[in-house]
Amino acid sequence: MLTKDSPLVQKIAILKGSDSQLLEISRKGLLSLNLQEMKVIQAYFKKLGREPVDAELETLAQTWSEHCKHKTFGGVIEYEEEGRGSRVYDNLLKSTIMRVTEELDRPWCWSTFRDNAGVIAFDEDWGIAFKVETHNHPSALEPYGGAGTGIGGVIRDILGVGLGAKPVLNTDVFAFAPRSLSPKLIPKGVLPPQRIINGVIAGVRDYGNRMGIPTANGAVYFDEGYVANPLVFCGTVGLIPKDKVEKSVQTGDLVVTLGGRTGRDGIHGATFSSAALEEGITSSVVQIGHAIMEKRTMDVLLQARDRGLYRGLTDCGAGGFSSAVGELGAETGVRVDLEKVPLKYHGLAPWEIWVSESQERMVLAVPPANWLELSELCGSEGVEATIIGQFTNDHQLNLRYEGETVGLLDMEFVHEGMPRVHRKAAWYHPVAEPKSAKRPRFQQRDYGSTLLKLLAHPNIAAKKWVVRQYDHEVQGGSVIKPFAGFDQRGPNDACVFRPRLDSIQGVVVSNGFNPSYGELDPYWMAACAIDEALRNLVAVGGNINHAAILDNFCWGDSQDPRELAALVRACQACYDIAKGFGVPFISGKDSFNNTWRDPNGKLRSIPRSLLISAIGVIKDITQTVTMDTKQPGDWIFLIGETREELGGSHLWKVLDKPPQGTVPHVQVAKARECFELLHQAIGKGFVRACHDLSEGGVAVAAAEMAFGGEFGMDLDIHKALVPHAIPDSALLFSESASRFLVEVPPMARPGFEALLKGYCAALGRVTKKRTLILRNGRTRRILLKQPLERLRAAWETIA
Amino acid sequence: MSGPRAMVLRTAGTNCDQETSEALRLAGAEPSVRHINEVLADKGLLATFDVLVIPGGFSYGDDVAAGKILANELRFKLVEALDRFVARGKRIIGICNGFQVLVKAGFLPGSADHSQTVTLANNDSGQFQCHWVRLKREKSACEWLDDTATRWELPIAHGEGKFIPLDAKTLATLEKRRQIVFRYSGINPNGSIGAIAGICNAKGNVIGLMPHPERHVSISQHPEWSRSQHKQKVPVGLQFFRGAVGLQTMD
Repeated sequence: MLTKDSPLVQKIAILKGSDSQLLEISRKGLLSLNLQEMKVIQAYFKKLGREPVDAELETLAQTWSEHCKHKTFGGVIEYEEEGRGSRVYDNLLKSTIMRVTEELDRPWCWSTFRDNAGVIAFDEDWGIAFKVETHNHPSALEPYGGAGTGIGGVIRDILGVGLGAKPVLNTDVFAFAPRSLSPKLIPKGVLPPQRIINGVIAGVRDYGNRMGIPTANGAVYFDEGYVANPLVFCGTVGLIPKDKVEKSVQTGDLVVTLGGRTGRDGIHGATFSSAALEEGITSSVVQIGHAIMEKRTMDVLLQARDRGLYRGLTDCGAGGFSSAVGELGAETGVRVDLEKVPLKYHGLAPWEIWVSESQERMVLAVPPANWLELSELCGSEGVEATIIGQFTNDHQLNLRYEGETVGLLDMEFVHEGMPRVHRKAAWYHPVAEPKSAKRPRFQQRDYGSTLLKLLAHPNIAAKKWVVRQYDHEVQGGSVIKPFAGFDQRGPNDACVFRPRLDSIQGVVVSNGFNPSYGELDPYWMAACAIDEALRNLVAVGGNINHAAILDNFCWGDSQDPRELAALVRACQACYDIAKGFGVPFISGKDSFNNTWRDPNGKLRSIPRSLLISAIGVIKDITQTVTMDTKQPGDWIFLIGETREELGGSHLWKVLDKPPQGTVPHVQVAKARECFELLHQAIGKGFVRACHDLSEGGVAVAAAEMAFGGEFGMDLDIHKALVPHAIPDSALLFSESASRFLVEVPPMARPGFEALLKGYCAALGRVTKKRTLILRNGRTRRILLKQPLERLRAAWETIA
Repeated sequence: MSGPRAMVLRTAGTNCDQETSEALRLAGAEPSVRHINEVLADKGLLATFDVLVIPGGFSYGDDVAAGKILANELRFKLVEALDRFVARGKRIIGICNGFQVLVKAGFLPGSADHSQTVTLANNDSGQFQCHWVRLKREKSACEWLDDTATRWELPIAHGEGKFIPLDAKTLATLEKRRQIVFRYSGINPNGSIGAIAGICNAKGNVIGLMPHPERHVSISQHPEWSRSQHKQKVPVGLQFFRGAVGLQTMD
């Protein structure tokens, strides 16, 4: 057994390998295993007294990949900060992000960080599951297929959480290089931005729409740094009965594969996605998706769940069966007969069957007594279900092909054997210190044209060209849509929907993403992403006391001490700020080594990117608000303090100057109280419209509210709450965090002001005239006066 | 209490079955979602229902053409049962993909030999579009809609919704027989001939439309529900389903 030669398996000689030979084996086999890991594997097989075979090395490579195991996050990081000493983070994830969850210990957090997705309570009987994944590298190589399987994969994560959740919402956040990028800046072998953008958007559209899941939240972000390495974040929200949140695989249960067949597509996806993108990688690492197969699989799976036909379930994602079956059988042991796996075509070697990432496959643990019923149910809807093995009690992973053993590993070694990564991180402060930063120079008449440029900036402009291609109404639960108004006139801050049509409870989903702050200060970048996600959630009526967040890090070279230090700082902010808000993380994902070579051959990391996705439960969907102005004569209040925080702001982008100055800071204790009070104000009906302030500050938010509702505004921006006097340019365009513009009817003004005392300032009123006027009340000068038509036309410029 | 029995037919790729079922329930019917394989296996099943709804989605992925494969299943495997259903005056409703199915199976605008005389082609934009549209309800052979509003607002979500009749004569016949039920008003989102958004058979008991009435059966589904002028109305989608199941339809 495994000591004889067999045509089915290939032995890989590692026992006598030198360090360089071990590394060469890893590199040649696309295993992405480092020397330390190869040596641990060598030692394991020395003990067994034999060489490993292909399926065994592949299993370890998949299971230990950065994609599956979060090596960097789980490792030991020695962090050193210029002038502030050092600190050791033993498991960065546990000591920052997961620590928030643990310390807050919210009873409505039903499942966090241990399953395919996080689950929070929706009501007494139902939970809401949420997961966001990235599919960056596949989308760079093959945008349509890569992005389609990205959304397909995260939908399966939700189908595979607990005993299965019904997908009820998709979210997408994309980061691309701008279409206008000069071809000279596109490295050799990289697709032009136009092709990546169109392919990604079409791929997600065709898969998501066919699945019948509304896509009602997202963002599209442009920066040159994403030219060779676009970011494709796909998220799915699911609805799950409370009694289906836990899995319990038992010895004797059958291993059943359900759904699509297995082919040679997507081999090495997990390991490839953990490595840097280099020229010449074959696109066979990208899977081929088929949405209707997944829809069929979902249809029978949810029926089987409700009939209680299986005890364990997970999706086949990265690493294919090797990860899925390995994970389900981690506690028991499992035997798999690989020849039983239904194939798309003949000719796959056993190890290929084992690690293929072909799509639309789920793995179930089925008690033998239920097999017949499950098989009949699947047959009735034309879905293939096949027994491919059995869970054992020997704590071994036993792979066979036609009775012959083709791989045999101890489960403990597979799951616990990986050596921990030790890395160094060093932080020194950026060159542009706030004090030395220049102020933007303005002639007064420039304010209007600057606002128009901001509204037309691809990161701010309307994304109708994307949003309209996605079905955001299917399932019938939509309450607050991507755009306000019948004709989609203004951008809403978050989406609200009813996952159960017989309930007035809703779910709110929002996101925060500020890569442009990351260059100057990753700590405050992360803080602002959390603030923005929660601000958006609160702006539509959400409650931060029943909300949770997800982290998705996309980072550059994790071996580079400075990039790693930036990550540590971002994680530390995640702890400080989330804890300060009292909002737990429930799930997350990290993608490292998003690096590429620029046309001069220099290794570059992408902008430091942290997506924070927020989800919350809304008790009564009639207590939500949109962002469009609704009634002339209403008051417009600015909530929160405005400071001169233009570092990394979009003002610098449209002025075409390098980012400088202070990145917005979050004063979390104040922000938390303010968010809670605003939520109460919305609940009391004091608020007719609410819009969060983000890119472009007060000016952009006011313009959007005005053309969103087709009523003008006349505001004195010098009424804003400011801790220190600041110039007009900062009052108009600063991106200070934790701020909102709120429309309050005259009758509600006293109540509103009393409630938000110290946090709000009335700037002026909504006007019938379709003009936006922003004044400096002290000098009595009009800073900016623009007709709504012109503002709206700028915003509707297609990026 | 038991209302009229309404079957919501689904197959692989159908995806509006749950909300359509909910809309029927709100309208007073007793809905039941059934898989096509079940209906094909038991040919008597259909006759036990009063209303048949073919909901939206991407049946069989819209491979070949939107709705084509399910249309062929109906036309070649279930045609007698369906013809009897229609002849008895029971209603068949096709929404979005269901409309595409009914057209391609020859139940709309309807002829004895089930030949196809109209189609729903790619939108002029060449893209899938999801947004709200304004509609004008015509005075049509669907007299069960007579008591509903004349100005409707509903969302569309389709890539193949451009209504095209075979020729001018086909269109003239539809007009003459009052088979045009809905037209887009203001913006024609997909380039439909005559801005046609929905049609019925000559008897008015088979209807198909591209917009989604099941997505506007409660007030909070409307994009401007939070603006005061939209409160306190019976949403038009609910009016539609109440009419379809033969219950009170008043605006």
